[in-house]
Formats: sequence, C-alpha cells, structure tokens
Amino acid sequence: MTINFEVNGARRIFEGDPFKRLIDVLREDFALTGTKEGCGEGECGACTVLLDGRPVNSCLIPICQADGHRIETVENLGIPERLSALQKAFLEEGGAQCGICTPGMLLAAAAHLKAGGKADDLSIRRALGGNLCRCTGYQHIVKAVQKAAKAPRKPRRKKA
Amino acid sequence: MPAVGTNVIRKEGAEKLCGRAKFIDDLSFPDCLHGVTLRSTIPFGRIKKVSFDPSFPWDECTVATARDIPGKNAVQHIETDQPLLVGERVMHPMEPILLVAHPSRQKAYEALRHITVDYEEYDPVLTPEDSVALKAVLRAPDNLFKDVRIDKGDIAAGFAAADIVVEGEYRVPHQEQAYIEPNGMAAWLEPDGTLVAKGSMQCPYYVHKALMLLFNLPAEKVRVIQAVTGGAFGGKEDYPSVIGGHAALLAWKSRRPVKIIYDRPEDMASTSKRHPAVVRHRTGLTRDGRLLAQDIDVLFDGGAYSTMSPVVLSRGAIHASGAYACPNVRIRARAAATNSVPNGAYRGFGVPQTLFAAELHMDRIAEALRMDPAELRRRNLLREGSSTATGQVLRHSVGAADALDACLRRSRYAQKRKACAAWNKRSRNPTWRGTGLSFAYHGAGFTGGGEVFYASKAGLALDADGGVRVLAASTEMGQGEATVFAQIAADALGVPYGWVETETPDTSKVPNSGPTVASRTTMIVGRLVERAARQLKAELEEAAGKVPKSRPAWLKAVRRFLDGRPSREVICQYERPPGQQWDEKTYRGDAYGSFAYAAVVVDLEVDKLTYEVKVTRVTTAFELGRAIHPLFAEGQIIGGLTQGLGYALTENPVYKRGVMVNPHFTDYVIPTSMDAPPMDVVLLEKPYEHGAFGAKGIGELPNDTPAPAVAAALRQATGRWFTELPILPEKICKALHDDKL
Repeated sequence: MTINFEVNGARRIFEGDPFKRLIDVLREDFALTGTKEGCGEGECGACTVLLDGRPVNSCLIPICQADGHRIETVENLGIPERLSALQKAFLEEGGAQCGICTPGMLLAAAAHLKAGGKADDLSIRRALGGNLCRCTGYQHIVKAVQKAAKAPRKPRRKKA
Repeated sequence: MPAVGTNVIRKEGAEKLCGRAKFIDDLSFPDCLHGVTLRSTIPFGRIKKVSFDPSFPWDECTVATARDIPGKNAVQHIETDQPLLVGERVMHPMEPILLVAHPSRQKAYEALRHITVDYEEYDPVLTPEDSVALKAVLRAPDNLFKDVRIDKGDIAAGFAAADIVVEGEYRVPHQEQAYIEPNGMAAWLEPDGTLVAKGSMQCPYYVHKALMLLFNLPAEKVRVIQAVTGGAFGGKEDYPSVIGGHAALLAWKSRRPVKIIYDRPEDMASTSKRHPAVVRHRTGLTRDGRLLAQDIDVLFDGGAYSTMSPVVLSRGAIHASGAYACPNVRIRARAAATNSVPNGAYRGFGVPQTLFAAELHMDRIAEALRMDPAELRRRNLLREGSSTATGQVLRHSVGAADALDACLRRSRYAQKRKACAAWNKRSRNPTWRGTGLSFAYHGAGFTGGGEVFYASKAGLALDADGGVRVLAASTEMGQGEATVFAQIAADALGVPYGWVETETPDTSKVPNSGPTVASRTTMIVGRLVERAARQLKAELEEAAGKVPKSRPAWLKAVRRFLDGRPSREVICQYERPPGQQWDEKTYRGDAYGSFAYAAVVVDLEVDKLTYEVKVTRVTTAFELGRAIHPLFAEGQIIGGLTQGLGYALTENPVYKRGVMVNPHFTDYVIPTSMDAPPMDVVLLEKPYEHGAFGAKGIGELPNDTPAPAVAAALRQATGRWFTELPILPEKICKALHDDKL
C-alpha cells in the first residue's frame, strides 16, 4: 500500500505494511531517530509528534492514518547552531536532563504555545500531562515553557 | 570568569534538544541482528526439556544457550552467583534461558513463541520472612546475602535509663527506576577479535569486567562504550552486565552485530528494583526527648541472586538510625534470598527504606512525648563532634541543623501545622490538610573502604589542537556529569569552560574512575579531575609561564609545552583523606568521607470523598558542601523528590509468584506534571575539604526524604498512621472506615 504524507515540510511516500507504526516508519524508513520509544503503548509520550499541528503518540498510529496528513518531528524545531526559542529556554532553564523525553516534551509544549495556550503553571502542566519525565520533576520544564511563551515567536534573523 | 558555582550551558544539551543525541536504539549497525530472550515462567524449579517447533525456520536464527558461553556462565557483580543463562536450575521468574537473534526484530519475537520449556517445579520461597525461616535453602547455609551488625555503646543500659520506650514496624515495597529509555545494548566483534559492547549504562567498567569473565578474554580484547543514556537511577548499574553479556554472546555466535532493546514490560518485569523491606524500631528516650537507645532490625528481600544486595543493605543499615546522635545503638540488617526477580540498585541504595522507618518513627515518638516533631529532631540532630551509629565522629561540613532551620523557616512549618489543624476542625471543608516534616542525611561515595578498594583513576588530556578533554569512565545520564567535570577542570586549570570537553566513556580511551553510583561522581571523581587539572596547570606554567587567557596565546603555549607530543595526559588516583578509617568486620569507623543533609516539608490535602492525596507544595533545604552547578543541583533535588513522592503515594508494584504483574506505565503510576507539586529548594553550602571545590554528593539524598514527610502529613490530615508504602487512596479509605466498624 502507498501512503502519501508530509514530514517536516517534505512530501514523503511510504510503501509497505499499512499497519506499520508511525514511529517505526519515521525511525526506520526515514532515519528520523529523534522520535523516541519509551513504552510502546501510548503512556509515556516520548514518541510524541505533531499530526496536523496536534500532538499524538506515534507508537499508536498506524501509518495508514497518516495518509494525506502533515507530520512534524523534533528534527523540525531547530538545529544546534540555531535553536528555537523553546529549545533555548529548555537549555537555559534545565528542562532537559537525560534527554529521552525531551523531543516529545518539546513537541507537546510547542503545540500548546502555537495553539495560543496559556502560560500559567497549571495550563502548561495540563498540556504536558501526557509526557512522562523521570529526571526533572517537571518544574524546570514548566519554567522553560513559560520563558519561551514570553519570547518573540520567531527567532530574529541576524542582519548581514 | 569562574565556571564553578554558575549555571553554564549543558555540554550535550543542544544535541539532545534537536533529537540528534544517539541513544543505543538510534544507532544502526551493518548486518545487525536483533536479539530476544526466552525467560522462565516459573519461580523455582528445574528445566527438563526445551523443544523447538520443527515447522519454524530455525536456519534464519541464531540461538545461544549456556553451552555457547566460552568462559564462565556467571555475571560478574559483587559475586558471581548469577548465571548469564539458566543451566538447569531456575531460581526466579523471567530468568533468561536462551537467546534468539534474527535480522527482523518481529521475527525474533515470533521465534520465541515456537519454543516450549518443560519444567519440574519446586515449592518457591517468596517472602524474606519465609527465607530466613529456611522454608527452602536457596543459598547455603542461611539464605542470607549479607548480615550486618552495628553495635554502639551499651544498648541494655540505654533502655534501662529510658523514661519511655516506643516501638514500631514499617514496610516498604519494590520501586521501579522507570527511566524512560529501556535497557538496551549492542555488541559486535572487531576484525582483530576485540569484543565491543555499546549501550545504555552507568558503569562501563562493570560491563567490561563481566565480559572478560564470560568470554575468557584479556582486558585489552574487550571494549565497552557508553551510548547516550536515557535515565538510569541505579537501574543501569548492574543490569547492563546481563543484557550486555547476552548481546555479546549472540554476536560471538553469529559473528554479526547484535542489538538487544527491551520493550517496557520486559524491562520492568525482568530488571532489578529497589528492595522491599521490613524495618522494626524499638527506641528508648528521656522524658525531654533525648535518644538513649535505638534497637533496629532490617530485613530486605534480595531476590534470587546477590547482584548489589550486600552493599545496598550495608548502606541501608548504616543510615537506619537516622541523622541523630544516640549513645547506644544496635542494628541488625539482613538481605535474604527469595525466588523472585533479583533486586538491586535504585537511587538511594537502601536508604529510602530505612529512613522511611527511622523518620516516621521519630514522628510517633514525638507524639508519644507530646512534643513538636521538629523540636524532637533538633534535640537529637547530628552536629559537629557528634558520633554516628558506626562511631564516625563528624568534624567538618556538618550542616544538619542549618538545613533543618532553613527548611522550617522557609516552609513556615509551625504556622502551617496550625493552619491545617484549624482547617481540619471545619467539617464542611471538602478536604483534610496536613503538613509533615522529615530529615535525612546521605553518605557520599562508596561505603566504608570502597573508595580505597576501587582506587579510581581520572584526569584529563591536553591535545595539540589546544583542546582539553576530561578522561573518566563516569557516565552522563542526565545528572550533568559532562558539564560539571568540564566546569571543575576549567576552573582548576584556569581556562574558560568552553575550552574543555568531557570524553565519552569508552574503556579503550578513559581510565577506570569507578561506577557512576553512590553520589560519588562530583565529590570523589570530580576531585580527581580537579587534582589532575591543578597538576597540568603547574606543568604548563613551568614550561610556558602563566596560563594564557587568549586563545592564540593558549595555542602557542600548548605547542611549546607539548614540544611535538600529540598530547599530555595527567591521571590522578584516589587517595584516602588522612584520618579516615573503616573496619569492615566490626562496622566501626568512618563509613563515608562526608554526609549531605536535607530537611523537607510536605503540604498535602486529602479529598474527603475519593481519598485522593494532592501534594500541594514541597519545601526543602539541602546542605551540599558546594553547588558546582546550582541549576543542576536543583534539578537533581526536584527530580529525586518527585521520585520519592511516587514511592510514597502512587508507585505500586504488584508481585505475584516472584514477578511484577503490572509492568506498564498504565498500571505502575509514576508522577506526571499534574501530580508533581511546586517545589521550593534552598541550597546551603558548608564546603567539604576533600570534595571537588568543596562539593558533597547529593544525587541520592532527595529520594530519601519525601515518603516519611508524606506519612507525617497524612497523620495530621487523617489522624491515622500509615506505616506501609505506597499510601494509596484505598488504603486511606480502609484505615478511616475500619475504625467505624
């Protein structure tokens, strides 16, 4: 079966088992290993990606459900030389420790901010409620998201 | 500008934030096979027969059994009692019997369903009580992995002089480390015959030593490399030697790279956890609350093999009396064998168990004496000049009283206790409220003579390109080792933080700085890095004058200093600080180089309808010697406290016939962002002269404190004592309703 979908702005075609999990297609077929598997049953959120801008557990999505849709992974957020405001805030506030939950956490937070979600403690904690982190106790993550919410939405381009 | 004491940017942070950090399952190897494990389904017995379904295409698979092991069929932990694969006797459920590798992971799992094992079952021993009663002999002669006795003063005289004696019994369950990245390891053979293992781990040299024994190879023919590690918390201390051995055996037999990645249920059900424990206290005091005698009995369920049990027990026993000075102490602690999955290391390493008992017991004593729990603690707290249960006289960096006072002030403990009492009097309120206090100390570094025995080495290299690399086998697993070592080296050498990198642990490149455990990395290994950097600085200054501040001048000075050499390595070895002594036979002496101290106050409320507990705030004060990276220290504390709250309230591992039957995040509930309360952290510094820049280890201390504070707060909220963890809503419901019957 042929699946047409978009990954990080690029059109992609997948040919194969329509019930292959989205996480496996991303990691195995497109080498996007930034998406992590923590439990394989939709509990931990480490495999969170954005489907048409909404956070989903990619371990629970058969690839056929991605047909015609837009997927965003952590690789689309920024690169080490040019981090997004959210990534930068995570770096400065201690929002990432071991780093395994970080890609999913970032995407859940990015979706919350992009959807105009509130920047108060409880709203952010609610938005991240499906993403488990065992290292941080969440406080530094929440602080980082609050900081990013206050930052200008797009990083300013440096003038030549 | 000095780096120590500032919140410099995490070395590997940007890679992690961009999804570029390579965890073991993110790496692909040419012609790689996927390995899976056939495990026992019974707790105790003998394998009669293993049958392979002849209709399955076995020629596509590599199958490895105990007979394929070229060296000794034993996993090198402290002892070698645990086989890599079952020979004949099954000692616990989920015990590895044989391994299958296939190019497709799915096919490998399918193969397992085509193997049948016939057993002869024996009557299992499933509780430590049955074990010490010798219901069956699992380990001759007495079923004990370790039996610790600590004696101080004259216990009988202490009780004879006491005005009051208080007794209590406390029970704690298993706890799962619940790192979000499951255990995983890859292995392959180099053309020159070197066996390489790479994966998620805390202790590369543990795996190295284990592979040498299993494959009968000399040290230089085994190489172990750490991949980016997605959390560990003790859960990747001993187990990587098992899974690493498995991957290596399949690679050895198939002559191809093999990767084994556990899924969540396999990881939770088959790897080691925090030991369940039963702790009994009998305490004698004067009427005004001075401790006179502590008699403590500790019993740990070790599981089927010894793994880390002897040292976990040892640490738990030494801390069992709490952070108090008592003239007469008797502690007996035993870790017993059962036919359950072996227990092992988990952050806190025996102390969360014994401190839950010690601290909750203090609250019960306070109530018996009609005394404020904070005041009872203050009267007995360790101070400069106090002696611990092992007779260690504390001379320096004793911040116990400072931590207690700072926490009480910051949390407004006294006012809150009153406010809760007033709130609870109003019957129309939808909740009951409580505020609870606990106090803990945690020895940093190996227990007793461990540091002397290991004689760890670490240092740094200065390369011709001007780069400085920290060389240590200590692993980065989120706690910040790579950053903190670079800070220490930069300041000791007198160069900017950005000029220093920390080498990825690889046994072919770094010296053995010991395992990344025991809150020892910053304090002990960091100190070696500091010493090496100071030595390198002296050498540089001798050759090239003052260490230059500008990069071009630095490069020039480095060239002159190296004088054609590719690099200069300076490695330092652990030296016991003068005056420290330990007697392993009598358990007398300096159990640890130093202790860090913490007080915690937990505020919570209980819903009167559902009995759900909502922790509303946690306030804590930590005396940690010196915070090398205050933000990371705070991150360790908040993260550890959150794990401790899970231990207290939600994490409920259900064991049936020796194995966890709820090995999923669905039914083993760790705190989410909605459960974790806001936390207020106060850092206090009383530098420890033998730690790196005065630092003491604090990685584990935060796990020790929350559970007893939660139980104390619940006492105020509900009027009931909860002496067994976890304190689930149904337990609160039952406690409140049993009274009414």
